[in-house]
Amino acid sequence: MSFCRYALPILLLLILAGGGVLAAGDPGGATPRESLNIPAIIMFLVFVAGTLGITYWAAQRTKTAKDFYTAGGGITGFQNGLAIAGDYMSAASFLGISGLVFLNGYDGLIYSVGFLVGWPIIMFLIAEQLRNLGKYTYADVVSYRFQRVPMRTLAATAALVVVVLYLIAQMVGAGKLIEILFGLPYNYAVIIVGILIIMYVTFGGMLATTWVQIIKAILLLSGATVIAFGALYMASDGSMNPEVMFEKATDIHDKGLAIMGPGTLVVSPIEAISLGLALMFGTAGLPHILMRFFTVGNAIEARKSVFYATGWIGYFYILTFLMGFSAIVLLTGNPEYAADPGAATWTIKGGQNMAAVNLAHAVGGNLLLGFISAVAFATILAVVAGLTLAGASAISHDLYANVIAHGRIDEQQEVRMSKIATITLGVIAMLLGIVFEQQNVAFLVGLAFAVAASANFPILLMSIYYGKMTTRGAMLGGWLGLVSATLFVLLGPTVWQEILGFAEPIFPYKNPALFSMTVAFLGIWIGSVLDNSENARQEHAAFVAQDVRCQTGIGAEGAASH
Amino acid sequence: MQHDLVHAIKSNPKYHELVSKRNTFKWTLTIIMLVIYCGFILLIAFNKELLAQPVFAGPPPSIVTLGIPIGVGVIVSAFVLTGIYIHRANAVFDKLTREIKEEVL
Repeated sequence: MSFCRYALPILLLLILAGGGVLAAGDPGGATPRESLNIPAIIMFLVFVAGTLGITYWAAQRTKTAKDFYTAGGGITGFQNGLAIAGDYMSAASFLGISGLVFLNGYDGLIYSVGFLVGWPIIMFLIAEQLRNLGKYTYADVVSYRFQRVPMRTLAATAALVVVVLYLIAQMVGAGKLIEILFGLPYNYAVIIVGILIIMYVTFGGMLATTWVQIIKAILLLSGATVIAFGALYMASDGSMNPEVMFEKATDIHDKGLAIMGPGTLVVSPIEAISLGLALMFGTAGLPHILMRFFTVGNAIEARKSVFYATGWIGYFYILTFLMGFSAIVLLTGNPEYAADPGAATWTIKGGQNMAAVNLAHAVGGNLLLGFISAVAFATILAVVAGLTLAGASAISHDLYANVIAHGRIDEQQEVRMSKIATITLGVIAMLLGIVFEQQNVAFLVGLAFAVAASANFPILLMSIYYGKMTTRGAMLGGWLGLVSATLFVLLGPTVWQEILGFAEPIFPYKNPALFSMTVAFLGIWIGSVLDNSENARQEHAAFVAQDVRCQTGIGAEGAASH
Repeated sequence: MQHDLVHAIKSNPKYHELVSKRNTFKWTLTIIMLVIYCGFILLIAFNKELLAQPVFAGPPPSIVTLGIPIGVGVIVSAFVLTGIYIHRANAVFDKLTREIKEEVL
């Protein structure tokens, strides 16, 4: 088995690397959290061993392109719901939202709500339709009745832009987080993440990626449940009454009662709506999420997955809200969780994003801290693996097989190409992670959502519902959406003013989605209406058959029989 | 899909029933979700004070503000709406789809 040949030496190397770091462990570390965290490392190694076992098992079952991209289409709705929730509950949302609540109180909830409300829209408008029309990627749907080369190029480019932006943010976050949690040097962490995800995806394809994601989702949900309810118990003097906890939190927090209502996060109505649109419709344009709908057997399972995913994600966000508030009560002022115990004013150890991690220690000591650190690492691995697979599919299935080779290559060549693409993307992710170490990457996730909402989502939605759309219209709107979202972010307050240091931003809003989505939809409409070509007439005519397949699932890709 | 099959499905009255029932239903639910969410965002933008009001005026006033049940309510409503869609899809749309398939295939 090729898997054994490569996997075992690489695993050994990894463990040796870990051992080397153990040996070189920083004995005089300034803060305890930056020294080696042994329980966390042991639990993480158990996770890695388990997931590599799964990858080995999955490698035996991954032979065809369908296996590689969609796990043979044999994932159930319940499993896929957990996997989708796993893709969505990144370390950034776990640590970031609880940290935001810890810092500002109520404002953190506004983000959670925005991230969640995209899911029902996905269920009502695109989940079943995607499953009925597509095969491996959302570009299949977008190019269903249109000209293959330009549509695939657009869809794959937009997918890759989103994937790469998201990857950079994840890799930099991973390096920093692992540095704090495990005491491993930044570059080591980035390289370990890169090597592991290359192994998961290259050998085990979508089957391994899905199961890694499911296991991580279960671990994260159970860990967060223990922390949130344990902390609520402690912060409410054993009464489990949130009112008691909120009362204490408002007594302790500098902002007092203000943390119980919306604060400064949302200033202008335009920013608020624009952010809301990006969060809501960006979700419906994330390629690694859309790809999950092809792993289930049919449209019924596809919509079931969204139901479960919405439940898990919503529950998870309520937990992060509880965690943020109980962290205010249990951590604030405690010298054990101070960045500098000698300082006059108390600040939290590791920064606001470490609120949930410190809280784990307050609730369950080193063991729970180790567990949640291992889960956070596992979370990054799983999310990066999903992103890499989505990016690799855009390269191999959309760009290589359909654009460059015009569909004239066999399946084995395509699978080989997707593995090459996976390794390439994994290496690029490591390099970008190292290059961007010192950069402010927080805006990249916002940009990824803006692009997803302004390019991927409009062409996907309109190709399903707008019978009069033509290739020319999709080109105009899709590219305009992609370019305008990117330009508006670069010229806006976050990049132009805060990062590049210019006095005044050229584009006045931080969140461009309201404008870039409008541009995209208008572009699609105008481009389609003005298109009188013979091609446009054929595309209008082809809508009838597409719509029938979309509505009934007759002719849709079935599940693999094995 | 072959032309005659498309034609057979398109001329089946059950197909039209399925499409019109499902379209009405899904766009209604979509609009409900958008209205709930946009309403929440507009409240934050224009009426922060309302969300910061205690749930029980007291005395003593509760610490929990209206914003918390409203925010959590939006999260719960998202889940409930997906549940409502599934329920009706299982009962009505899947049945119609099965019948159409039996008749034309």
